[in-house]
Amino acid sequence: MSLWSRIANVFRADRLSREIDEELQSHILDAIEQGRDPDEARRAFGSALRRREESRDVRLVAWLDSLRADAAFGLRRLRKTKVTSAAAILSLALAIGACTAAFRLIDALLLRPLPVAHAEQLYSMTHHGTGFDGKPSSYDDWSAPVFRLMRDAAKGQAELIGISISSRTELTYGSGQETERAHLQYVSGSMFDAFGLRPAAGRLFTEDDDLKPGANPVVVISYDYWERRFGRDPKVIGRTFHLGNDIFQIVGVGPEPFTGTETGTVIDVFVPLMMNGSILRGDSTWLRTLVIMNPGVAIEPLRQKLAAVSLAFETERARGFTDMPQGKINILLKEEISMDRAVAGTSNLQKDYSRSLIALGTLVALVLLIACANVANLMTAQAASRAREMALRVSIGAGRWRLVQLVLVESAWIAILAASIGAVFAWWAAPLVVRMINPPDNPARLALPADWRVLGFAAAMTLGVTFLFGLVPALRASSVKPASALKGGEDPHSRRRMMHVLIALQVAFCFLVLFVAGLFVASFERLSHQPTGFSADRVLLLDTVAAHAQPVSAWNEVVDRLRSAPGVETVAISQWPLLSGIGQINYLSIHGEPPKDPLCFFLNVSPRFLEAMKIPLLDGRDFRPSDMDPGAAIVNETFVKTYYNGENPIGKTFYRTYPKRVPVLIVGIVRDAHYRSLRESMLPVAYIPFSRNDDKGAMQPIRNATILVRTAGANPLSIASILRQEIPRARSEFRVRNLHAQQDLIDAQTVRERLLAMLALFFAGVALLLAGIGLYGVLNYSVVQRRREIGIRLAIGAPASAIARLVTMDVSAMVIAGAAAGLALGMASVRFIETLFYQVKANDSRMLALPALAVFFAALVAALPAVLRAVRIDPADTLRSE
Amino acid sequence: MSKSDSLQGSLDLLVLKILSRRPRSHGYAIMSAIKDFSAEVLSAEEGSLYPALHRMEEAGWVRSEWIKKDSGRRARVYELTTAGKKQLAQEQERWQTVTSAVNRVLRMV
Repeated sequence: MSLWSRIANVFRADRLSREIDEELQSHILDAIEQGRDPDEARRAFGSALRRREESRDVRLVAWLDSLRADAAFGLRRLRKTKVTSAAAILSLALAIGACTAAFRLIDALLLRPLPVAHAEQLYSMTHHGTGFDGKPSSYDDWSAPVFRLMRDAAKGQAELIGISISSRTELTYGSGQETERAHLQYVSGSMFDAFGLRPAAGRLFTEDDDLKPGANPVVVISYDYWERRFGRDPKVIGRTFHLGNDIFQIVGVGPEPFTGTETGTVIDVFVPLMMNGSILRGDSTWLRTLVIMNPGVAIEPLRQKLAAVSLAFETERARGFTDMPQGKINILLKEEISMDRAVAGTSNLQKDYSRSLIALGTLVALVLLIACANVANLMTAQAASRAREMALRVSIGAGRWRLVQLVLVESAWIAILAASIGAVFAWWAAPLVVRMINPPDNPARLALPADWRVLGFAAAMTLGVTFLFGLVPALRASSVKPASALKGGEDPHSRRRMMHVLIALQVAFCFLVLFVAGLFVASFERLSHQPTGFSADRVLLLDTVAAHAQPVSAWNEVVDRLRSAPGVETVAISQWPLLSGIGQINYLSIHGEPPKDPLCFFLNVSPRFLEAMKIPLLDGRDFRPSDMDPGAAIVNETFVKTYYNGENPIGKTFYRTYPKRVPVLIVGIVRDAHYRSLRESMLPVAYIPFSRNDDKGAMQPIRNATILVRTAGANPLSIASILRQEIPRARSEFRVRNLHAQQDLIDAQTVRERLLAMLALFFAGVALLLAGIGLYGVLNYSVVQRRREIGIRLAIGAPASAIARLVTMDVSAMVIAGAAAGLALGMASVRFIETLFYQVKANDSRMLALPALAVFFAALVAALPAVLRAVRIDPADTLRSE
Repeated sequence: MSKSDSLQGSLDLLVLKILSRRPRSHGYAIMSAIKDFSAEVLSAEEGSLYPALHRMEEAGWVRSEWIKKDSGRRARVYELTTAGKKQLAQEQERWQTVTSAVNRVLRMV
């Protein structure tokens, strides 16, 4: 009989037993037929049960059979204690699901190798220098000329691939006016070959398509875009579209799994680098540089070589800087260059979210540990009531290991049931989190496959969890001493001691989760209540573009038309909206001195912009239609403080230095408003007129700008569609490309903080609930266990307060110890996530008081039922029942 | 009882031998055969016989089959497999070696 048939026999054990019984029965009947005394014949067999067991054991895999029996028994036990089992399973399911979801996100964003050849040999290059604010900052964008120099220098050792930071760009298919936006990315012609990619249709462009600037207007579209936009139409090859003034042709479709190297963005259209207008500019950084190392080449010498190339290029370029402070140039030339592994690609989403996701992952792992401690305590409490059963099993010959197995199998049931529910939770939760990373126009798209990596993680976690909460109770149960257990109990305190240690752990983890969640929530609160300096209420932003650059007079016509639309209060134009993340910078020369640090920020705005944004004018005047850029400026308070030491600068002239010196007259002072980001401190800002002259003093036409509308109604979006139609009616060349409420841009600045605050708060609630349930369970158990003692104490006249103290004393010591440990843990761990905080300090007493209060309040609530139960014990009752 | 104790280790040999002479015997027949051939000196206990049969089936020395007896009852009969025949030869040889060795020791006294 093969192993397989023995395994199969485990699952047809009933039939097997029947057959053995029948054979033995037949034997006895034979014996009787032969004239043997029936009773004697039966007795000769001894215990029929025993014979059957012996024969059975040779016919099947015994351990598997015992496992099956234990599994059936374990399930029966779980069903018997429905409520507690369900609570244990659900709390564990939530924690396991959250951990799996966190793993899915971390894996998809940071760990999963790109679906390309040599992903493990992929590195990305980053500069580390000093930002405009004087703080250390690193950035991974490079100018095209320096990229090409580095690529040539690395030949033979590594292949360098330039990949632009993707942008949503306007395309027009065919001759129609209908434009649409697509994620466009400029990539080295050699990229597809270097990554070993094959086209799904047509051909992929190669290095030959990327030799001369502007020579090969060909693009490859991604499979995802092909499917979404063209329904996988094979005739898409050869189609053309307009991009700006150029016509591009689609030559091929990329392979299905490849969505680009910018994890978190699915690229639609790949364009050769040479088609980018900035390909020859040394002052425009727009390329990420990925390095595919040749096998066997050392990183460090190559890094030094490339750093030298970059430094030589920047030094040469710095010679051309005439009006830049020398300090700034020195800083620029002191930049360090690093090469970091980029197995999972490289993107801003990674930069912005890796720390947050890991922090959240740690929080949910702590919640999982709390849930495990709960289940372990539950199992221990149950083990106490099962001590007699275990003792009986030992007495009739069950091995220790068999008892360990019995209890572990029960734990495994809980873990497996919890993991299955958790899997459903993770299935739903992970994409939900990705959807919450949704800044306007650029929602994250992250592939979240549920493959062997995720399944393996979930399986390993389930196994780990089983041992975590099952092993100690199992070992305890198996070490039962039959004599003492059957006599009426061994040392009852040893069990409680372990439960108390687990309570302390739970409280410590719970405190830590609450503490970190509190910091995240406070960061979000402060950031979202940060005064912006303007009023975003009822402000609608119409991102407007003209078919060809239009004179300011044409823009004014559109503005006038909107002013007369119903429901409109004020209309103005700015080059881009505040808090959109865009900025224009320049060095200033004050009083004819050499240009000074820090940089000044500029924004072109029309008259009444200040009125529309409700930025108060402190002194001077708003722009008039006759003001031109360069010429006039309205500056903010920080500008006055920075460059004029707070003296009133109205009527004074400063010089903008780049690309050449031009004089600018200060005509007004306004209150500070956030310019680019809520997180930055106030920057020196000069608002300059929307109307501008070019180098030769001629009026410059403008292609795109943002029209701001302050509406009368509370919801600015309610009249958005009317205004959208109104604009082309005013001038047919104009079209609204995109529209938002100004509030959307503010919200977009806090997407990450909101996500962190929401999820951390949720898990803090779960942690508190679980720890509370755990505390309740342990107290309740100890009251039940000590009811005899309590009964006696009550009988001899102990007051209720003494009983309450007796019941809660140990546990409150544990809660305090746990909270102290949690506090220490929190203080130690906070520096890893400091960058995620905004204006909150970990040692702020309020940040510490809040979790402490929450923990103690929860402990109080959890302790109440047990205390009530204890003082209500009727001594007569308990003593009689024993 | 003392009789069966001395059978320990040789039960397999006896069962295999009987099955080689009388294939397709059921358990009771094998037990009776041991008794008869040994002139009632040896007897196999039921409690040892069936586990032994099942173990040998497990080892692949014998195979079993359910048949319908004339009385209408089902009975399980056993016969040797090729491996069982080989095993019988080996066991027989081992038995000879052991008994002759034991005899030599006994003669020495």
